[in-house]
Amino acid sequence: MDLQLVSLEIGACLLGIMVLLVDLWTPAERKAQLGWWVAGGLVGVFCYSFTIFDQGTGTGATGYVKDSLAVYFQGYFVLSAVLVVLLTQSYAARIRSGISELYAFTCFALAGMSFAAGANSLVLLFVAVELITITFYVLTSFERHRLRSLEAGIKYLILGAASSAIMVFGIALIYGSTGALDFHGVARAANGLNDDSMMLLYQLGVLMTLGGLFFKLAAVPFQLWVPDVYQGAPTPVTTFLSTGSKAAGIVLILRLLADACPPLLGEAWLRQLLALMAAATILYGSLCALRQRNLKRLLGYSSIASAGFVLLGLVTLSDQGAQAVLFYLTAYVFGVVGAFTVISVVSEESSDEDISTLANLHQRSPLMATVLTLSIISLAGVPPLAGFMGKFALLRAAIDSVAVHPVMPWVIGAALVGVVISFYYYFTVIREIFWGKGRFWAEEAPSTEPLLCPRAAEVVLLTCLFGLIGLGLFPEPILFIAGEATEYLFSAN
Amino acid sequence: MSPLTYIMGLPLAMALILAVVPSEKRQFFRWGARMATLGSLLLAIYVFSAFDPPITDQPAPLPAQGTEESALENEYGYKFTQRVEWIPSLNIHYYVGVDGIGIVMVLMAALVAFAATCCAQEIRTREKEFYILLLLMTGGILGAFMSLDIFLMYFLHELALVPTFIMIGVWGRGQDKDFAAYKITLYLSLGALLTLAGVIMLYLQFGTFSLLSMMDHATQFAGTEAGAFSATEQNVIFALLMFGLGILVGLWPFHTWAPLGYGAAPTATAMMHAGVIKKFGLFMLIKVALPLLPQGAQTWLPILALLCLGNILYCGLVAMRQKDLNLLIGNSSVAHMGFVFLGIASVTTIGLTGAVMVMVAHGLLAGLAFGLSGYLYSQARTLDMEKLQGLLASMPFWGTLMIMALMAGCGLPGFANFAGELTVFFGAWKVYPVITTIGIWSALVIGAVYMLRAIRTLLHGMKGEQTPEVEDLKHWQRLPYALLVAVLLLFGFYPKLITDKISKSNATFEQAKKGQTPTEEATE
Repeated sequence: MDLQLVSLEIGACLLGIMVLLVDLWTPAERKAQLGWWVAGGLVGVFCYSFTIFDQGTGTGATGYVKDSLAVYFQGYFVLSAVLVVLLTQSYAARIRSGISELYAFTCFALAGMSFAAGANSLVLLFVAVELITITFYVLTSFERHRLRSLEAGIKYLILGAASSAIMVFGIALIYGSTGALDFHGVARAANGLNDDSMMLLYQLGVLMTLGGLFFKLAAVPFQLWVPDVYQGAPTPVTTFLSTGSKAAGIVLILRLLADACPPLLGEAWLRQLLALMAAATILYGSLCALRQRNLKRLLGYSSIASAGFVLLGLVTLSDQGAQAVLFYLTAYVFGVVGAFTVISVVSEESSDEDISTLANLHQRSPLMATVLTLSIISLAGVPPLAGFMGKFALLRAAIDSVAVHPVMPWVIGAALVGVVISFYYYFTVIREIFWGKGRFWAEEAPSTEPLLCPRAAEVVLLTCLFGLIGLGLFPEPILFIAGEATEYLFSAN
Repeated sequence: MSPLTYIMGLPLAMALILAVVPSEKRQFFRWGARMATLGSLLLAIYVFSAFDPPITDQPAPLPAQGTEESALENEYGYKFTQRVEWIPSLNIHYYVGVDGIGIVMVLMAALVAFAATCCAQEIRTREKEFYILLLLMTGGILGAFMSLDIFLMYFLHELALVPTFIMIGVWGRGQDKDFAAYKITLYLSLGALLTLAGVIMLYLQFGTFSLLSMMDHATQFAGTEAGAFSATEQNVIFALLMFGLGILVGLWPFHTWAPLGYGAAPTATAMMHAGVIKKFGLFMLIKVALPLLPQGAQTWLPILALLCLGNILYCGLVAMRQKDLNLLIGNSSVAHMGFVFLGIASVTTIGLTGAVMVMVAHGLLAGLAFGLSGYLYSQARTLDMEKLQGLLASMPFWGTLMIMALMAGCGLPGFANFAGELTVFFGAWKVYPVITTIGIWSALVIGAVYMLRAIRTLLHGMKGEQTPEVEDLKHWQRLPYALLVAVLLLFGFYPKLITDKISKSNATFEQAKKGQTPTEEATE
């Protein structure tokens, strides 16, 4: 196997181990500063691995492929990992156990995601998913002194393990019915299946594997873990869960559907199932978020709704839909990271995550107020921000597929209703920032003291600000790359 | 670069500049915003006057060069165009230009925007944020009226959504301002999303976002089966656009956000929203929905005509019962939208010309009325008409303008509203005789009842016992109001100024009429 092909993964793992080693000789008060080095290291490793791609090193028969789709997602994962590492650094004061381990685990999770981006066989798919999930078991319960963090860890462990079990069973069924493990082999074998019972096993296997991946994506009915885990996990971990882990699920679903399931793509039931899930996910997420007061929980439900929009793009089973999904995710990362960063800084000062802690933010920190407002508006999908372009691209792909897919108008209707509902809770956050009254149950007026933002968080916020406006006004570069990455994904079949 | 880009760009650029100025420099924000909107206004006047060059100086019309678009621009009478590639992956361009309808709307919008920034003196806290939001809103809506790419049109219009919410919430008035802010946001976003779905479907049918290419395509294939899309598709898209845009305008029964929102909004926001932003829905109906979907229009316009009766009649009756001045103006402004809808539903050249005239006249009028009531609120801290009586004695200038505004609202000849409404009735008479009769009746009677009643209680008679001490407008404060009244009168006495421009958009009207049955065309 060509080791250069997986240089990004190896680099991320080495970086993680190095952090653990360097930690031994670093004085306690300077450990948090390691974050700068990790972030820089990740960017360096990514640039190196990108040059490999440029030289045109192709695929191997190893179950791993580094095509433009993989590189797009790897870039996406590195971007969100870098932002998360910087966010972790500004969160360091609240971590009582070693901060370096948090950095290291982020690197390991990144390696898993990066493998997922290029996974071309069921084995690597499972290994990648497990590498991500097991790392996140540890990461979610990292604040051991907080009961909520432990609770989140346990919940994620139990539900995650159950979904892994379902997925591995599905993989076994696929292997049993087709006798192949790499995606293209599975597709070839499945095309030749003429035994009905074997076909049934194969279909069941695909569905169960997809189920395991939908767990990562947090699509209904695999969404139950989201609110508790999002609320309990340390904020940087929550951020990485909703950007990295979710996207890893998406890239695997895209590849599995496009490469391993061509015989199923024409089936009406698959589209109907996906369509139903998309509609249910969007409506569930939006409706449940309506009454949330805990900011992380609110964003947890909003991330369920976003998963629904991703599904809206997947239902189309078209290159255009996949392109829209890729762009939507990139737009999404800036919105989510921006929002979580502000929440992390604000909640540190008041040791509370209630929405009322945002009161007077416009006065206490104009930068944070601006970024949070823009993030929220972008998540809601209002021009001129990145999120609007994402939703626009998704809607365009969805409406384009109406002709071939009769269920589509209903899903689009549900999506539009979901968007209108989501405006309510998103704008509630904006209201708190600009004219919130603070805690309605307490007597004292909300603080108006200036709120200082740590340097690392400031860098994250400015990056998000730039990304949100930049992608909103000039989406062309990313749209173009996303188009290249998905060019023959579905149409090749 | 087209001067239109500067008209839109000035407020947006100023918003960016204000964002980096420290918030202590309070005078800077006020004057910066005024300068930017004044610049836009002067440019808009220049474009308005340069739209038709005098015949003597006119060079021979340029032969259509190179691109297909520039040939179409000549054909459909668009000027000051500028086209730049923006998002090639989605086939979206930055494409601006105006025809007759566009230029009168831009002029009206710039005028009201300048007046609104001048009337924003009541804002004494957090000026920086307020003026940034106001300028964003202004730049966006000015751009929406000049966009020739319907994606850009939608995109720029949506810039106003979030500023409206924050402005009502932070600087709004009354107990219900939170409720009003949410209601206006949810309604407007619903309308916008339906419109977006319609826009995307139009794009998928025509394969372009360019309004001109769409028009060309629709003209070529009108009446033929080949290449044109089916009546079913037209019906679906037209319904999406009609209801989506209808919600944005306050079409009955989706109008309830409007009076509430305007009642709670700060003065400048109410002026911009009621005067300018609300006209966008009508503008897009006339420019996009009617010419591109003639068959869909044929199906849905009779329903629109019925619904507009709800605006004219129902909202007029509601306005009669209002005790709060702002709610009265708000409801009457929703009622006036009914006339525009009626003009649109008639799809006759006269009716549509009248509709555009009412849009311009009502934009100025709504700006004036909300500006005046906002000034009164800043003086008296209430708009309850039972507490405010006999104001004419203590505020002669304000009172005179208020009488003029209310009179213009009930269609007094001499104001541009009269000219517009009359034209609408002429146009609609043959198509919808019954509805037009009811419309005329309610415009004359119901409108007169609430407007005259307001004049009686508010202005005439003795000063009421509970009426607080108020001061009249002084010196420079009078400028924005005087400007709006002057233009209303100018267009009222000399409507040819705008009808000449509007008639340049004849191609749009002709195309819109293609879907109507020949008998109706013959009756004109």
